Amino acid sequence: MIRYLLRRLFTMTVALWLIITITFAIAHSIPGGPFASEKKLPEAVKKNLEERYHLNDPLWKQYTDYLKNILHGDLGPSFKYEHQTVNSIIKSNFPVSATLGSLSICFSLVVGMLAGVISALRQNRWQDYLAMVLATLSFSVPSFILSGLLMYVFAYQLGWLPPAMWGTWQQAILPTLALSALPTAFIARLMRSSMLEVLQQDYLKTAKAKGLSEYAVIIRHAIRNAILPVVTYIGPLIATVLTGSFVVESIFAVPGLGRWFVQSVSNRDYTVILGVTVFYSAFLMLMNFLVDIAYSWIDPRIKLTDSKEV
Amino acid sequence: MSRKKKASLLLTALLSVFLVAGCGGGDKQSGEKSNAKEQIIRYNVCAEPETLDPAKATGLPEGTILAQMFDGLTRYNNKQEITPALAESWTISDDGLNYTFKLRDAKWNNGDPVTANDFVYSWLRALDPNTASEYAYQLFYIKGAEEFNSGKGSKEQVAVKAVDEKTLQVTLAAPAPQFLGLTAFQTLYPINPKVDQASPKWTTEVDKYVSNGPFKIVSWEHNQKIVMEKNPTYWDTNSVKLDKLEIYLIENTDTGFTMFQSGQIDIQDQVPVQEMASLKDSKDLKISPDVSVYFYRFNVTKKPMDNPKVRKALTLAIDRQSIVENVTKQGQKPAFAFVPFGFTDADGKDFRQNGGDFFKEDVTEAKKLLAEAGYPEGKGFPKLTLTYNNDQTHQKVAEAIQAMWKKNLGIDITLENVEWQIKLNKEDTLDFELVRAGWSPDYLDPMSFVDMFVTNGGNNDTGWGNKEYDALVKQANATGDPKVRMEAMHKAEKILMEELPVMPIFFYTNPNLIKPNLKDVIVPSFGLYADFKTAYVE
Repeated sequence: MIRYLLRRLFTMTVALWLIITITFAIAHSIPGGPFASEKKLPEAVKKNLEERYHLNDPLWKQYTDYLKNILHGDLGPSFKYEHQTVNSIIKSNFPVSATLGSLSICFSLVVGMLAGVISALRQNRWQDYLAMVLATLSFSVPSFILSGLLMYVFAYQLGWLPPAMWGTWQQAILPTLALSALPTAFIARLMRSSMLEVLQQDYLKTAKAKGLSEYAVIIRHAIRNAILPVVTYIGPLIATVLTGSFVVESIFAVPGLGRWFVQSVSNRDYTVILGVTVFYSAFLMLMNFLVDIAYSWIDPRIKLTDSKEV
Repeated sequence: MSRKKKASLLLTALLSVFLVAGCGGGDKQSGEKSNAKEQIIRYNVCAEPETLDPAKATGLPEGTILAQMFDGLTRYNNKQEITPALAESWTISDDGLNYTFKLRDAKWNNGDPVTANDFVYSWLRALDPNTASEYAYQLFYIKGAEEFNSGKGSKEQVAVKAVDEKTLQVTLAAPAPQFLGLTAFQTLYPINPKVDQASPKWTTEVDKYVSNGPFKIVSWEHNQKIVMEKNPTYWDTNSVKLDKLEIYLIENTDTGFTMFQSGQIDIQDQVPVQEMASLKDSKDLKISPDVSVYFYRFNVTKKPMDNPKVRKALTLAIDRQSIVENVTKQGQKPAFAFVPFGFTDADGKDFRQNGGDFFKEDVTEAKKLLAEAGYPEGKGFPKLTLTYNNDQTHQKVAEAIQAMWKKNLGIDITLENVEWQIKLNKEDTLDFELVRAGWSPDYLDPMSFVDMFVTNGGNNDTGWGNKEYDALVKQANATGDPKVRMEAMHKAEKILMEELPVMPIFFYTNPNLIKPNLKDVIVPSFGLYADFKTAYVE
């Protein structure tokens, strides 16, 4: 187990270094720069700016300086937003994205699993059809359309909820719904098919035969076995929610990290591009790692070891 | 531990990683209640400001936010006239080089008096190479300024002096009538030297922010909103009618539009293009003039655009009226010249009106010119590429023009949609055939348009050059006589429109969403979106 952990940590570090290097190379190879504008800057002004942000250093030096700073946990200043450093951007914006993300993940897990279990137990009855029609709909409507629709209906037409911005619980409802629609639908379908499969298994018949109540059979034996594919999905789910949040955050004016990820690229704000990419990558790797551990814990048949040891 | 417990424990642990990280983001209250008597306007500036440092701010959103908090020596009124602000009066020497400003008794919002020294300090700070201000060049009109900024001269050689507490003297390197208007511009705002020296990061911290204008900043929630209150120490505070100004920083204009419709904001200066049709007769839509031009650049170093006849044929063969009526739909004016309406000529009338149109659309003439250039009925004309930056409107305009050239001249062009910075790079390196561009002035004077096209000028980007043109621009910049100056610029524009290295398409307008009960909001034609100094709610 320890060996596995160390190995995993090592590969994660190497992966992060590769991500930094590749992102650095790509960001600096696209034309333009953080101070490009329709109105050309006089040479002196341009020189002063480049000096201030060390953009006139040779690229390899900028790269090694960046690596040095990142080892000290310093992701650098934003070139475009004078009052922000990349650290402060992540510190103040990630919690917002994380709140919205965890709300959506909770919502999609609870509602998705519930809907999946119900439609499996009521297979080919109206509950099943309703759940699956809803799932197919939320699966196929892109989030920017759903966001606009939710905003139009609940904020503009009915006036029940604020249309946008962040701070109160009312303001969290619409973006959470918009962001969780797709994963909820996916989880519902996953849970349904997995439940249907488990319900056919012999051990369920055994459980029933030994006189357990219907409720106990479903909760203790069926769901616990059927839940495994859903747990596997949590890793990709976090990724879906993170990337989905770029669109949803923009539409609902939620001050999350997604905006910085997108905007920094068109601004050529090199440090922000790198910092946010590195942060997201590290976060996703960590989440996947936790999911793997969780997986082995839930199902002891899966062992976290190097393949050689098996 | 049972397996079930294990599972739920882990799920909880996993989620709490999010939640722990998430605390603190969700506890701020944003919906303040306004009482009935309080005068408050909620305005969406559609962007998070890049900085609130007057010396470093370059964009319109920043300029707009700063204008609510600062006064310069002068300020534009609702008729686009320069009026005294921190300067009570001024004199300009006959040669147009020496400016002497008399300051009025004004205070910073921490109680300090505004002095001539504050201006000297602030301008030198903006010019200091260590400040690395992008807009330092707005001060290059001052003698010694460019030398200081480029490290060739010293601070002491910059010709701006405080004669006494209330007298500021400036000497320019060459006559520049636009300088007076520039003193109303953010780069030339004074800042409080004591505050700047005590806490150099004052522009990033709301509780340390000190300004001298109609409003003072109270809070700044990034990407959400900035709240301002009336500044009681402002010298002209009696003209300020609002108690509170909330500036929203919502970037998505469609979201802003929904907020406007559901009554969360009162004014937004950008209107989603797809809503223009539905707003056509609405009282909420106000279209103001904008002194900017939309045009295409020709790369005159490439065939066949090196032939002026080809450029003229292409310019004459489109229907600008149809483009503004059916494609852009924001009340823009078709452009038959390069300098927009809205600049004052030497005789006090409008520069554009005096200059008139330089060409007429004429398909027969265009066909004739194209035949003379060796492409009768468009035969043998190479397939040119028109480059534009990623935007719905630019695409529609390009498609319309593509169709017009096909129909009128029988030529085919390819459209190329690129990202903004890629476009800038292509223009910079003359790596294009035709490219879409727009231009808005740095100051309210035709020179901001005319000096673009001097040979090898930094913003020329066409490869075009003309000695006579260069001489006229030089003449205009050297003289102190406004009549000679304007005459030279008229002549220069005439050369530009005969040779047509650029093809003007339309003059922009500035559509705003604004509730009809808002009064006296100043919507200038350049430099900033809106000025709320005298605004009120009816």
